[in-house]
Amino acid sequence: MTAISCRELCKTFRQGEELITGLDRVSLDIDSGSFVSLSGPSGSGKTTLLNAMGGLDTPDSGQVTVGGTRIDGLDRGERADMRLHNIGFVFQAYNLVPVLSAQENVEFVMQVQGVAAAERQRRAREVLDDVGLAGMEGRLPGELSGGQQQRVAVARAIAARPKLVLADEPTANLDSHSAAQLMGLFVELNEQRGVTFVMSTHDTRVMAYARRLISMRDGRIVEDRAQEPRPMNL
Amino acid sequence: MNISARLAWRNLWRHSRRTWLTVGAMVFCNALLVFLIAVQLDSYRMMIDNTLGAFTGHLQVQRAGYHEDQRMQQTVPAVAALADKVRRQPGVSAAAGRAMAYALASSEQRSFGILVTGVQPDAEPSVSTYPGLVSAGRYLDGSEAAEIVIGAVLARNLKLGLGDELTFLGSGRDGGIAAGVATVVGIVDSGIAEVDRGVAQIPLGYFQQTFFMGDSGHSVVARVDELDHTDAVVASLRRQLAADSELVVLDWDTLQPGLREAIQTDMISAWFMYAVLIVLVALSVLNTQLMSVLERTREFGVMLALGMRPGRLGRLVMLETLLMATLGLALGALVGAAVVYYFSVFGFSYPGMAEAAAKFNLPPRLYPQVSALAVFWGPVTVFAGALLASLYPALKLLRMEPVAAMRAV
Repeated sequence: MTAISCRELCKTFRQGEELITGLDRVSLDIDSGSFVSLSGPSGSGKTTLLNAMGGLDTPDSGQVTVGGTRIDGLDRGERADMRLHNIGFVFQAYNLVPVLSAQENVEFVMQVQGVAAAERQRRAREVLDDVGLAGMEGRLPGELSGGQQQRVAVARAIAARPKLVLADEPTANLDSHSAAQLMGLFVELNEQRGVTFVMSTHDTRVMAYARRLISMRDGRIVEDRAQEPRPMNL
Repeated sequence: MNISARLAWRNLWRHSRRTWLTVGAMVFCNALLVFLIAVQLDSYRMMIDNTLGAFTGHLQVQRAGYHEDQRMQQTVPAVAALADKVRRQPGVSAAAGRAMAYALASSEQRSFGILVTGVQPDAEPSVSTYPGLVSAGRYLDGSEAAEIVIGAVLARNLKLGLGDELTFLGSGRDGGIAAGVATVVGIVDSGIAEVDRGVAQIPLGYFQQTFFMGDSGHSVVARVDELDHTDAVVASLRRQLAADSELVVLDWDTLQPGLREAIQTDMISAWFMYAVLIVLVALSVLNTQLMSVLERTREFGVMLALGMRPGRLGRLVMLETLLMATLGLALGALVGAAVVYYFSVFGFSYPGMAEAAAKFNLPPRLYPQVSALAVFWGPVTVFAGALLASLYPALKLLRMEPVAAMRAV
């Protein structure tokens, strides 16, 4: 079953007088349960493609289908609802809400979804335990290390049980140990819960965890191949 | 607690100094408005009370058409009995019958045109402050006595003193000449030149004899327990007197239209000043919320990315303002009410107030009263203004794109 389908996606940005190509007729299908790595140099279109897949940005042309639903024509509110119920996001800069504790950050998406208090508290505690943050539920983001914050961000992304997680350079701000822990967690979630992961990264050691590698340059897919995951010491 | 409420409350205290400065501006503005509006309302109440207390009363019963065209023939029959009936009405604190005629007042040396009013000497002091203004001699005594109270200026013009006789000449009810000679028993010094120069009072019985009025008069003047009850008492009296289609019950607003106009004019100028205050506070709220939205752009971008609808984010900003404005309203109303309460006990005056107050029938010292209207009118308007001001930053969020927002520094 196809989790994401992109057809002829084009996106350009204006930077002063210059027109920059973000995506140039990109087409691809990602199956449910995949673990995909998007790689390429800065400005190659990785983040633009992730944003289009997640409904965070609309392409200039082309189609994006997530879980069988066309999302490129949806309005802001409809795209927000689609993201809320289908996609978990992990960002490079963690992006936790600073006034909410670790537990409250994890509950955030579920609370917006309208999950009952007892249920979301139980799930948040459970997921925080899964990511190794048991006992740190009440801490504010400012009281956590970078690695711990990123694990809270992962917990927030998966607590609402999305079918798809989009991660933009999730290990970029982490030390090697934290990065290895995070990738181990992604693999576990992918293998045990069947969550589809699409992750952009520069780091070849992180790419080694993926089962499919897509390389991009100048807004185009230049390589798309399957690989046997080879986790290594980060 | 709802996620929006929790976020809104905590966001407020991220920059507690900024929040307190904004709330402080609201508290100051609200407290000031409560005090100013209380003083304003109280001065109006006193202006109305004192103006109406001088002569007009809160309401009058007259023959239909008399108010517009004050002819001698437009009489109220059995005016003293009607005054008794009106006095017994619930809500009426006092009532007195009157009759009025223009006459030429003469002494041995001079003549002047005056308004002669026939009054019930025992009832008049409870509906009018005029009897209390007698500065020499005494007020009228006895309904039939041929005695008269005149103003100080008239006394001086006619060169009359206490015990002297004043002759007045006018038209009777039947159109014939009415003439009387009354002894000056009191001289009134009201400080109002027109009154002291042109008004004189004689007993109603004597008036009725002199002007051939029988038992009739021209009006029954009444005061009510509370100014706010005037409309209810007027309505009740109208029902009571409905059988007599010749009589009308007029409230003070009809009798003294200029009074309400003066109050409305004053209110407009006062509200212009209040509006400036409210706009300043609203701009302060707008500034705070715009700053707050601007510095949280990235955070809002993340919330949008996670699936929060733009409208919900807008409501979050409105909720933050609502919490701030509620604090401002509660504290401002409390401080304002406390200040008003203090002055309601001890009163206040300011230099030059006595002179200005006298022109508007106000006492030289004000004692503003705490009332729901005074306490909430201004603060609720500030509250609404603050919410209105937060609409702009809230609407900005509706157009926010998550990707662009998350790129913000």
